[in-house]
Amino acid sequence: MEHPSSTRERDAENTSFSSEVPASEVLKRSARPWLARLNERGFRTSLVLSVGLVFVVIVAMMVSLFIVSLPAIQHSGWKIFTGTDWDPDNEKFGALPFIVGTLVTSILALMISFPFSISIALYLGEYRQGGWLASTLTSAIELLAGIPSIIYGAFGLFILVPIIQQIEIALNDPTIIPMGVGVLTTSILLAVMIIPYSASVAREVIKLTPKELKEAAYALGASRSSVVRFVILPYSFSGIFAGQLLAFGRALGETMAVTMVIGNQNIVPTGLFSAGSTISAVIANEYPESTGIHISALTEIGLILFLITIVFGFLGRVVINRMAMRGTT
Amino acid sequence: MKKMLLLAATALVATAAASAQTFQLSGAGATFPQPLYVKMFDEYKAVTGNEVNYQGIGSGAGVAQLTAKTVDFGASDAPMNAGQIAKAGADVVHIPTCVGAIVITYNLPGKVVQLRLTGSLVAEIYMQKITKWNDPALRAVNPGVNLPNRNIVIVHRADASGTSYNFTGYLSKESPDWARTVGQSTNPKWPVGLGGKGNPGVAAQVKQIPFSIGYVEIAYALQTKMPTAIMKNKAGHWIDPHEMASVGQAANIDFPADGKADLIDSSAAQGYPISTTTWLLVYKDQTYTGNQAKSQAVMKTIWWMLHDGQQYNEALGYAKLPAGAVAVAETLMKSVTYHGTPLLH
Repeated sequence: MEHPSSTRERDAENTSFSSEVPASEVLKRSARPWLARLNERGFRTSLVLSVGLVFVVIVAMMVSLFIVSLPAIQHSGWKIFTGTDWDPDNEKFGALPFIVGTLVTSILALMISFPFSISIALYLGEYRQGGWLASTLTSAIELLAGIPSIIYGAFGLFILVPIIQQIEIALNDPTIIPMGVGVLTTSILLAVMIIPYSASVAREVIKLTPKELKEAAYALGASRSSVVRFVILPYSFSGIFAGQLLAFGRALGETMAVTMVIGNQNIVPTGLFSAGSTISAVIANEYPESTGIHISALTEIGLILFLITIVFGFLGRVVINRMAMRGTT
Repeated sequence: MKKMLLLAATALVATAAASAQTFQLSGAGATFPQPLYVKMFDEYKAVTGNEVNYQGIGSGAGVAQLTAKTVDFGASDAPMNAGQIAKAGADVVHIPTCVGAIVITYNLPGKVVQLRLTGSLVAEIYMQKITKWNDPALRAVNPGVNLPNRNIVIVHRADASGTSYNFTGYLSKESPDWARTVGQSTNPKWPVGLGGKGNPGVAAQVKQIPFSIGYVEIAYALQTKMPTAIMKNKAGHWIDPHEMASVGQAANIDFPADGKADLIDSSAAQGYPISTTTWLLVYKDQTYTGNQAKSQAVMKTIWWMLHDGQQYNEALGYAKLPAGAVAVAETLMKSVTYHGTPLLH
C-alpha cells in the first residue's frame, strides 16, 4: 500500500527538478542515484515487456490459426485461393469469391472515401484549425468512428438499399435485378465507416506542416491552394497514406454491417450491382454451426484475411519509407 | 452497512428455507422453441415455485450439454443422429412439445393477395427453373391474380440452420430434381439467391427487396406481419399457415411410438405441409442424477408443458400438440425410471 504513493512523490520531485535543471544534474543531485538508475531500467523493461507481449499475442494468434487450419490446408491446398466452389456439405472449399469480395469492397470503399477524407483533413487541418465550427465538425466526424457497426448495417439496409434500388431501376438495364444489396452498397457504407480513420490521421499530419515552410511559400507569392498542393500535401503525404492504410484495414475486417448489405451470395461479384460475400461475412454466418473440416476451412480463410492485412500493412510501410527518404534528399 | 449485510443474510436464509421443496432446473438447446419455453417456464414458476433456466444455444450444443450431463434436459429440433446417440451412452427419450411451421413469404409491391404455391413450384423457383413471377406455372395455380412480369429475387438463410434443414427436406420430398442436385442440409450449396443471417436477416431482405421470395419460421412471419403463401399439402388441400389449428393438424398422424415424427409433407389431410416439431431430451434412466426428487421435478415440469403449458403455444406462433401426439408423449414420459421405478405414474 505504501509503495505506489512513495513512488508518486518521488516522481513529483523529479519533475519539479527537471523543470529547473538539466536531467544529468538531477541524477547527480539525487540522494539515491542507484534508485534513479533502477527506476530508469525498470521503466524501460516495462516498455519492452508491453511491446513484446503484443508481439507475442500476434504471433500466437497466427500460430493457433495455422494449427486449426492445418487440416483444411492439407485438404484443399492452393484450391482455397483459386476455387470458386464453396460447398461445406461436400467438403469443397474454394474461397476465391470471398477473397475477391473482401478486396473489391474495401478498395472501392477507399476510393469512394478518399476525396471526402482528404477534403475534411485539409479543411480542418489547414483552413479552419480552431473555433466552434471546427471543433463541432471534428467531433461529429470522430463520432462516426464510435457508431456500432450494427447501426451502420441497419442504416445501409433501410436507407441505402432503397436508394440503390431506385438507381438500379433508373438504369433500366434488363440484366440488373434491382436488389439494392450488393458490392456498391457495401462499398458506400464502408466508405462512410472508414472516413473518420483516414480523415483524423490526415488532419493531424497536415496540422504538423512547419509554419516556416508555409510562410516561405507565401513569401514567394504562392496562393493558398498552391501552398496546399506544393507544400502541405507533399509534406504530409506519408501520414495521409498511413491513414488510408488504417482505414483500409478497418474496411477489410468489417463484418456486421457488410453481412447485412452484401447479399451473402457465394459467387465472385460480376459487377457493381452484383451480390457477393466477404471473408469476415462468411465466417460470421457459418462458424456457429460448423463442425470438423468446415471449422478448419473457416479458420483458414480467417488466416488468409490476417495475411492480407499484414501484406498490405507491410507494403504500406515500404511506400511510407520510400516517401520519407525522398523527402530528406 | 452491517445492518444491510445482516438483512441480506437473513433474506438468503429465508429463501433457502422456502426453496427446500422447490428446485432449480436447467435445460439447454434449440433456439426455435425458446420464446415458448421461456414463457412456459415463467408461468410454471408462478404456479409451482420451481425455477427452470433455459438457454437457447442451438440444437447440437443442447445434445452435447445433455450428454455431458451439465443440464437436466436437452432440447433439439432434430432427433439425435447416430453419432450423438453413440456418444450419449444410454437411452435418451424424445418428447415432442409443440408444432411449428416454416412459411414461404414474398414481397409483391402493391399486391395484398395471398399467393398459392406448391412444393415443386418452390423448388423450381429456388433452382431458377422458374425465374419470373408471371411464369405460366405460377399463374396456373393463382387464377385471377395479376402476377407481374418481374424477375424473382431468391432469399435464403446464409447461416446453417434447422430452418434450412427442414425447408430443403421439404423441397427434397417434393422435387426429385432438388433431392438430386441440392438435397437436404442445414447449410446447402444454394444454386442461386441472396443470403440473410437468421430469421430476421431473411425477413429484412424480403421486406427490403421488391419481387423477392424467402422462407422463415411462422412465429417470425406473424410478428412482422409478412405475407405468407397458402401451400398445397400431400392430400391435395390448400392450407393457410395462418390457421394455427391447421399447423397442429400436421401432427395428427399415426404418431410413432418413439416420438420422433417427421411432420414434413405429413399425410394428415388438413395439415400444413412444411410443419416441424421439436423435442425435449432426457435420459431414460435417471439414476445417474443421484437425486430422485429432482428427477421427478424435471418430469413433472415436462408433463406440465404437455398439458397446462400448451395454452401458451398459439399466441407465440406455435401450434398445440394434437391429442394423439400428447398420448405418445405421456407413454414415453412414464417410461423414464429412477432405480428401475417409473418417476411418473
